Amino acid sequence: MLAACGGPYPQSTLAPRSDFGVAIDRLFTGIFWWALVVFVVVEGLLLFSVLRFRRREGAPAPKQHHGHTALEIAWTLAPALILVFIAVPTVRTIFSTDKGLPGALRVEVVGHQWWWEYRYPDLGIVTANELHLPVDRPVAVDITSADVIHSWWTPALGGKRDATPNHHTYLAFRPDSIGMYMGQCVEFCGASHANMRLRTFVESDSAFQAWVAAQRGTPAPPATGSVEEAGRQAFQRYGCIGCHTVAGFSSGIIGPNLTHIGGRTTIAAGMMMNTEDHLRRWIENPPAMKPGAMMPSMHVSATDLPALIAYLQSLK
Amino acid sequence: MSHAATTHHTSMGLDSRKMAFWAFIGSECLLFGSLISTYLIYQGRSVSGPTPGEILDIPVTSVSTFDLLMSSLWMVLALAAVQRGDMKWAKIWLFGVVVGGAIFIGFQIYEFTTFVHEGLTLQTNLFGATFFVLTGTHGAHVTVGVLWMGTLWVRALQGKLGPEHAMTVEIAGLYWHFVDVVWIAIFTLVYLLHK
Amino acid sequence: MSEATGLKSWLTTTDHKRIGLLYFWTAFAFLLIGGLEALVIRAQLARPDSQLVSADTYNQLFTMHGTTMVFLALMPIGAAFFNYIVPLQIGARDVAFPRLNAFSYWVFLLGGLFMNASWFLPGHPAPDGGWFGYANLTARQFSPGPNIDFWLLGLQILGIASLAAGFNFIVTILNLRAPGMKMMRLPVFSWMTLVTSFLIITAFPVITVALVYLMFDRVFGTHFYLPAAGGSPLLWQHLFWLFGHPEVYILILPAMGVISEVLPTFSRKPLFGYTVVVYSGVLIGFMGWGVWSHHMFAVGLGPIADSVFALTTMLIAIPTGVKIFNWLATLWGGQLRLTTAMCFALGFIALFTVGGLSGISHASPPADLQQTDTYYVVAHIHYVLFGGTIMGLFAGMYYWWPKMTGRLLSEPLGLVHFWLTFIGMNLTFFPMHFIGLLGMPRRIYTYSADLGLSQMNMLSTVGAFLIGVSMLVFVYNMWRTRRHGAVAGPNPWGGATLEWATPSPPPAHNFDVIPTVTSRLPLWDTKTPSPTPAPGPVHVPAGSWWPLVAAVGLPVMALAPLTHSVWFAFVGAGILLYGIYRWAYEPFEV
Repeated sequence: MLAACGGPYPQSTLAPRSDFGVAIDRLFTGIFWWALVVFVVVEGLLLFSVLRFRRREGAPAPKQHHGHTALEIAWTLAPALILVFIAVPTVRTIFSTDKGLPGALRVEVVGHQWWWEYRYPDLGIVTANELHLPVDRPVAVDITSADVIHSWWTPALGGKRDATPNHHTYLAFRPDSIGMYMGQCVEFCGASHANMRLRTFVESDSAFQAWVAAQRGTPAPPATGSVEEAGRQAFQRYGCIGCHTVAGFSSGIIGPNLTHIGGRTTIAAGMMMNTEDHLRRWIENPPAMKPGAMMPSMHVSATDLPALIAYLQSLK
Repeated sequence: MSHAATTHHTSMGLDSRKMAFWAFIGSECLLFGSLISTYLIYQGRSVSGPTPGEILDIPVTSVSTFDLLMSSLWMVLALAAVQRGDMKWAKIWLFGVVVGGAIFIGFQIYEFTTFVHEGLTLQTNLFGATFFVLTGTHGAHVTVGVLWMGTLWVRALQGKLGPEHAMTVEIAGLYWHFVDVVWIAIFTLVYLLHK
Repeated sequence: MSEATGLKSWLTTTDHKRIGLLYFWTAFAFLLIGGLEALVIRAQLARPDSQLVSADTYNQLFTMHGTTMVFLALMPIGAAFFNYIVPLQIGARDVAFPRLNAFSYWVFLLGGLFMNASWFLPGHPAPDGGWFGYANLTARQFSPGPNIDFWLLGLQILGIASLAAGFNFIVTILNLRAPGMKMMRLPVFSWMTLVTSFLIITAFPVITVALVYLMFDRVFGTHFYLPAAGGSPLLWQHLFWLFGHPEVYILILPAMGVISEVLPTFSRKPLFGYTVVVYSGVLIGFMGWGVWSHHMFAVGLGPIADSVFALTTMLIAIPTGVKIFNWLATLWGGQLRLTTAMCFALGFIALFTVGGLSGISHASPPADLQQTDTYYVVAHIHYVLFGGTIMGLFAGMYYWWPKMTGRLLSEPLGLVHFWLTFIGMNLTFFPMHFIGLLGMPRRIYTYSADLGLSQMNMLSTVGAFLIGVSMLVFVYNMWRTRRHGAVAGPNPWGGATLEWATPSPPPAHNFDVIPTVTSRLPLWDTKTPSPTPAPGPVHVPAGSWWPLVAAVGLPVMALAPLTHSVWFAFVGAGILLYGIYRWAYEPFEV
């Protein structure tokens, strides 16, 4: 029935791909079935009463019952018992999913209006908006915010956790399937809350190691006279270096780290695919694409723009 | 002033205005409770000084506290005087309450201005923010009380207050005592038990 | 004695019935406004990547939809019934403090106008931080315009209206009951009004403090919620939800009271388990204070706090469920008349149950970590607030319309209204359970087509417009009834409670003779007729200008932080205090 109404559903919570997600799904499934039982009983009694006890002409006045103590006790205890069957697995799951596993890969998430900063403190990597994780290895996420409250959520990998300024919150999970998982900010954070999206790539260990190696590398300066080199000069001339870091070249920290932007599948925090056309439209007028964006229109000339884009795309 | 509820029978045998006022006091407990709780939660979490230990003047505040407590005594005596129809002493005691309250406000103004001079404002740190909002709210309540008692005193002077108005004086007294009790809580938690 | 008509009589009225009507029409207008805001929201979300409204406008729309529905529509419609019906049900001539009652209404009207005035300023800076206004997004740094100021000032004004009404109804119900009307003979609607009033006077001070802190942060540069100086945005969440959870019980208990009257009347049987239903309501009131952090399961409070609040939240489901079973038992073996009022009451049971069950799934923190802040929650809240509160209030409207206006609403039109509402409501909100579990967050002005949720969103939008049509049917019914509605006698439904012992509508003094009550169902209980005391002189208080005058002082004071001019505070306070002074010393006999 779900498939008939759309789908596939890349942000579904019902197809978990981590131990955390699976634990939640199991718990929710249990609760759902109990809820269905209660639903059927209550709605069934309601429907039955409406049909069976409709007023008939000439029927005698109904018996004026005022109450029944045994019944009151029964329908107090029965729900209480059902709640015990929900409460016990709930508390168990709270505690079992609270602690991380040893040997976890540490990831730090910093929410910004309206993008995600990612750091791998043990690997010396700083990136943005697209996270890469090795399959079957536990992850320990440390979440905070640089401005207002956000919330970090990749539904397939489990529950969400708020990103609160001046606080650190934690999530622990172990992804169990290779794939690309979509998510987005899930605490109202201002004008472009809807546009603060993210992608998480769970890959084989070798693919992950290759990604790590590439991320840790500093991009080589472009060949002299190349269009990429002209682009790099534009990157400096137009002031991009003031807000963005490209390792070995610029160290602005207001906007996302662009050292390896060429290798990302999306730009503007998951809003658009990373294509030449989207890059051009973004650089021309960021607030038009993303309301409230702090990056202003850079007024890059028509001659400089293709070079600038070529440079960015070369930063793999 | 409406005296309807006193002339009508009431289901619980209590004057409706008095009952309403007790409900109001219950509500005010939640108000001051929230303010005091926030003060306590933020205690010790200021990022910069001054700290309570550095700036609070307990001897001086003890005097103003004593003054407020005494004013509650004058209030009790004022009510007793009104109830027995002794308007001469009612005027004296009511005036005492007004003066006592005004002195307390005077002390508050002195304290606030001193603190500002010494570098503690609303904006300085969390202690400043929580302290001024809490004690300022209390001071505003005292001010309202002074105006209320002042109005009763003026009406007494005009001969418009008598034993038939004892209920309104009793309710005014309830307000005054409540404001006093809140101050005792604030004085204890903020001044005496500061970290 | 004939009643005065004309504008002055309405501006100075202290009659609970007139005040009830004022509340009703004002709140109904706000209900329509909140509904329009919802329709624009749904129009925007009908398609992915839509640009029907800008992001900023959308954020204002969902903020004002929530704020309007909670504070300007649902609570005041409940207040309309408290006002009109409770004094009649308890056998009183009016509330304990008629002028305070008028004051509550005028403050409500002025607060609602104040907040909505923001739509009409250049740039329409309507509130845009959500109805829940989380810090630190609401800080001056991140919300520089006056939007949030309109919100926090408007709510503070409205809070005063609610508090005043709370005090009034507590004293009225406890102190003005007719002889023989013991507490355990009170109609359940009056009982729920009492519990709701206690919740109001204890919960509203907490949000007042929260809003005052926010105002100080924005206007005076304090750091209550700002991390830079050691403050925490979480303080706002705790204060807001300490208020916010009792608030949802303030929203549902009156509707539960209504259906506890409607179901027995149209089943020809007394409410099953009256004592248990009453005590459950009281228990819910108390327990509602212990669950607030279930709104904060994603915040990271720690496993112990999460577990405690999970358990307290699950516990509160028990008295709620007990009430549902007692309502079902009331129907059982009865002679059901499916009038429109009864249909809405039955609809309440059906739909509130769904909302209650999704609420149980929210009570489990790990499950909630997938559900919270998604459309699954939007489904939950609308099943309990629309499927619950609004359906219950509609039941009350059809039930008490003849008492309040002297005419019966059309039943055929009523049934059309009911079915369109029932179908429309389910079409709008049931898909949202799926939309949420399939990954759509709430409070987003648009969404990607990649999510695969476009068709379900369109379905939801169609449902919303169906609800809009149902409202048009109801408005037509109300309008048509003025001239063509069947004239109602004192007790068109054969109800059991005292409001049905008066003419429709009742005269200003309600009862010629205050009845002596000997049973919980005075009009059904013919076994012990009440002795009829000789009628005495009936006094009806004159009106007063002073509640309105005093009320005006409040929005004037609120202009001070908005305009950064402290003079407004003094002038407004002066108006308020002068109004109170004249009020206090005005000759006024109840």
